[in-house]
Amino acid sequence: MAKTLEPKTKEMEFTSIGQRVPKLDAWDKVQGKTMYIHDVKLPRMLHGKILWSKYAHARIVSIDTSKAEQLPGVRAVITGYNTPEIRCGFIKDNPVLKKDKVRQYRDEVAAVAADTPEIAEEAIKLIDVVYEELPGVFDPEEAMQEGAPLIHEDKGSNVLKLPWKMICGDVEEGRKQADYIVEETYKLPFVTHCCLGTSGCIAQFDAKGNLTVYSPTQIRYLAQKDFQEALNALGLKGKKVKVIQTAIGGGFGSKLDTYPFEFITILLAYYTGRPVKLVYSREEEFFASPGRQPVRAKISQGCTKEGKLTFRDVEMILDNGAYTSWGATTPSVMMMPISSLYQVPNIRYVAKCVHTNNIYSTAMRGYGNPQATFAIESQLDTLAEKAGIDPWEFRMINRNKPGEITPQKFEVGSCGMKECLEAVKEKLQWDEKRGKGNGRGVGIASLIHVGGGARIYKSDGCGTILKLDDFGKVSLLTSASDMGQGSETVLAQIVAEELGLHVEDVDVIMKDTNLEIWDAGAHASRSTFVAGNSALYAARKAKEEILEFAATMLKEPKENLYLRDRMLYSRNNPEVSMTIDKLLRAAHFRTNGRQIVVSEFYDPPTQMLDREMKGNFSAAYTYGVHGVEVEVDKETGQIKILKMVIAMDVGRAINPMAVEGQLEGGGAMGLGYSLMEELHLEKGKVLNGNFLDYKIMTFPDMPPIESVIVETYDEKGPFGAKGIGEPPLVGSAPAIANAVWDALGVRIRELPITPEKIVAALEGKKGS
Amino acid sequence: MAVKISFKLNGEDVSINVDDHVTLMDMLREEFDLFGAKEGCGYGECGSCTVLVDDKAVNSCLMLAVAVNGRSVLTIEGLAGPRGELDPLQKSFVEKGAVQCGFCTPGMIMSAKALLLEKPCPTEEEIRKGMAGNLCRCTGYAKIVEAIKAASERGCSCGKDS
Repeated sequence: MAKTLEPKTKEMEFTSIGQRVPKLDAWDKVQGKTMYIHDVKLPRMLHGKILWSKYAHARIVSIDTSKAEQLPGVRAVITGYNTPEIRCGFIKDNPVLKKDKVRQYRDEVAAVAADTPEIAEEAIKLIDVVYEELPGVFDPEEAMQEGAPLIHEDKGSNVLKLPWKMICGDVEEGRKQADYIVEETYKLPFVTHCCLGTSGCIAQFDAKGNLTVYSPTQIRYLAQKDFQEALNALGLKGKKVKVIQTAIGGGFGSKLDTYPFEFITILLAYYTGRPVKLVYSREEEFFASPGRQPVRAKISQGCTKEGKLTFRDVEMILDNGAYTSWGATTPSVMMMPISSLYQVPNIRYVAKCVHTNNIYSTAMRGYGNPQATFAIESQLDTLAEKAGIDPWEFRMINRNKPGEITPQKFEVGSCGMKECLEAVKEKLQWDEKRGKGNGRGVGIASLIHVGGGARIYKSDGCGTILKLDDFGKVSLLTSASDMGQGSETVLAQIVAEELGLHVEDVDVIMKDTNLEIWDAGAHASRSTFVAGNSALYAARKAKEEILEFAATMLKEPKENLYLRDRMLYSRNNPEVSMTIDKLLRAAHFRTNGRQIVVSEFYDPPTQMLDREMKGNFSAAYTYGVHGVEVEVDKETGQIKILKMVIAMDVGRAINPMAVEGQLEGGGAMGLGYSLMEELHLEKGKVLNGNFLDYKIMTFPDMPPIESVIVETYDEKGPFGAKGIGEPPLVGSAPAIANAVWDALGVRIRELPITPEKIVAALEGKKGS
Repeated sequence: MAVKISFKLNGEDVSINVDDHVTLMDMLREEFDLFGAKEGCGYGECGSCTVLVDDKAVNSCLMLAVAVNGRSVLTIEGLAGPRGELDPLQKSFVEKGAVQCGFCTPGMIMSAKALLLEKPCPTEEEIRKGMAGNLCRCTGYAKIVEAIKAASERGCSCGKDS
């Protein structure tokens, strides 16, 4: 179901926008022709392997690599002691090869490059490391206590010097105004991306010392900068780095930072003078690829008798693990739902990230939003019940509206929250099904997410180059990245639409930092909006040039001319018509002629968050609502999801099939997060690092997901579109928790919502 | 120890000396440059390495290469027709939006192929059960089910609403 935007005139009727265009790279993918990092082979390529720490916290007394070095086929053995220090992570607290001490089980102690993966693995086993175990700390609250073992002695404390704080209005005043208040604690686990393609890269130096890294990264340009710093550490200042992006076998945020293994591969390539490939095994992917940040949240919210929210007060503790990657910055996104999901005048949010000897975390689809929204939206149901108001009505009373400015100073443009709430209510048959308490229940949860980029870096830009050839075809060089979501297709649709061409006339090139301009990366659901506007404005420039030339050549006023279906037409003169390829040739093959090549760098009109963490940091905001119907067995606690409805305000669906793909896929990942996913750690060690013990949704597990696409047309978005990559995951868990509450009257405040927790909660209810 | 084996690979007779500890997946990837079978886990839990041996789906990461001696192996690369015309499954995976990152796709299609060879017109439940060994993290499976249904409809003559 889509609320369709009516085209204004015949000429305005879209040919590409709004079409269910199949993914452009799907033809190669269904034939097994797409090259992932696992498939790339270079001449004389060696294979790298990492030796991981045996302890969660220990001093390294000695490392003896002599036996490994003597193994035939071994080309280099490196440690922190025979290589220059390179540190990674945004506060550079993670040495890529550990010296003196290890702080987590997944610490890199040594690495090998060898002729074959088998030899590399054999060599790793021959490295002799003597450790002296240190007491560890695995609970962030314990890690905050006086006398707790220090993870980084030089930091003086396990609490990161990265205090997150945001105050809007006056929470104490909000408490006074409230007739009802609920205060609770929520807990969210370690989970991980489970990309089907494991992490890996290939590094290669040329004879002049320039570096090429083949990588399925989501951040070609930021990775390029990080790798440049590694060259500096190697004394190769001034040498160049090129990042070539191979097909990404799943991203979801996992490839949004650079990690020790990439720098280790670079080091191995440098010391051997040969290309080196390092690819994680699945087991390594589970323990060494950082996942989503675990969170403990204390939250209270209050409302008046009429159901108006008066305040929201949230305190969080995040387990930062041993080192700092983007996981530590997820509070910057948690602030978004805390401040701006529903109209809440008084807000207080504080968060601490605390080092432990657990594995560390990075970005993962939703970037903190799922954790915060789980607490907010679960609690809203409890509060609504206390106030005696239907949870759906409660949300309608407090909903966000188009054009509002939120307490965090977000300038909301389009906002389809009302439409999403109404659609989910109808699809769930809310009024008929709610409140039966007979083991069946319905639940809803709303969400807000950035939909127009996010100014995390000083530039949130993205570049496009368009080259129009002599045959009416276009090369679209974009710095965006596709990890399966369909960016290349959406960008081709935008360019084809604007230039009056067909999607198949557009070749999308997104792979090489030397070819394309710059981009902040595939994060924050920003590609459709930011790369889309970049492509759109580039296409407008090209169109302008075409029409200007045609106007002169045909002696027809430019404003009368337009492009459609590979043709040039005039609005007033039916005599004027010409194929675009002929026009392009005419523009090229003449005295002073040229092929049309244009470039565009689009940076959305947004602000960095200020010192108070306020500012309009996205150019548009995406809203959505999840609705779930569940059936729960009171004896066993087994939950069956009977139905899931996901309604999303996407501004405009440039490709409804791709949007559905995001809704269904995000919904599936959200169901996994809600019901089954948890990385179990015992004293810092991952216990269930395989698909048998770490469950993700499979074919038979999946309930039907009904996608509702709401189109509100955002005036800043390309053809009205807003970002949609992350939101479909965000509201899943609270919607399910709320449905369980409706079904049984028990509130599960800790993910995943397992049968064990439901049974325990039911027993607790009986006992009370 | 190297063993000489002969088998049919994507319709062609081939012979090769292969170490007896090498998996079918590694042989396909390393010796024949057939990269369609992917190692998603290496221990038979994700299905990304699925190929057909005598028309049955197998996890090629779990099968030893020597075990295909005298048998017939079909990989994703051999699924399209002689002039490159796509198999109905490949076509419907493209058209129905069943492909996102694509890493699981070759294994997914080969599992679906085995399913349709055995049951030309499966019900949705049979599809979901038959495909349970293949993991996908991108799509939520709905469009893959739709694609398999669409492909089966072309070969189905039982009149059942699949």
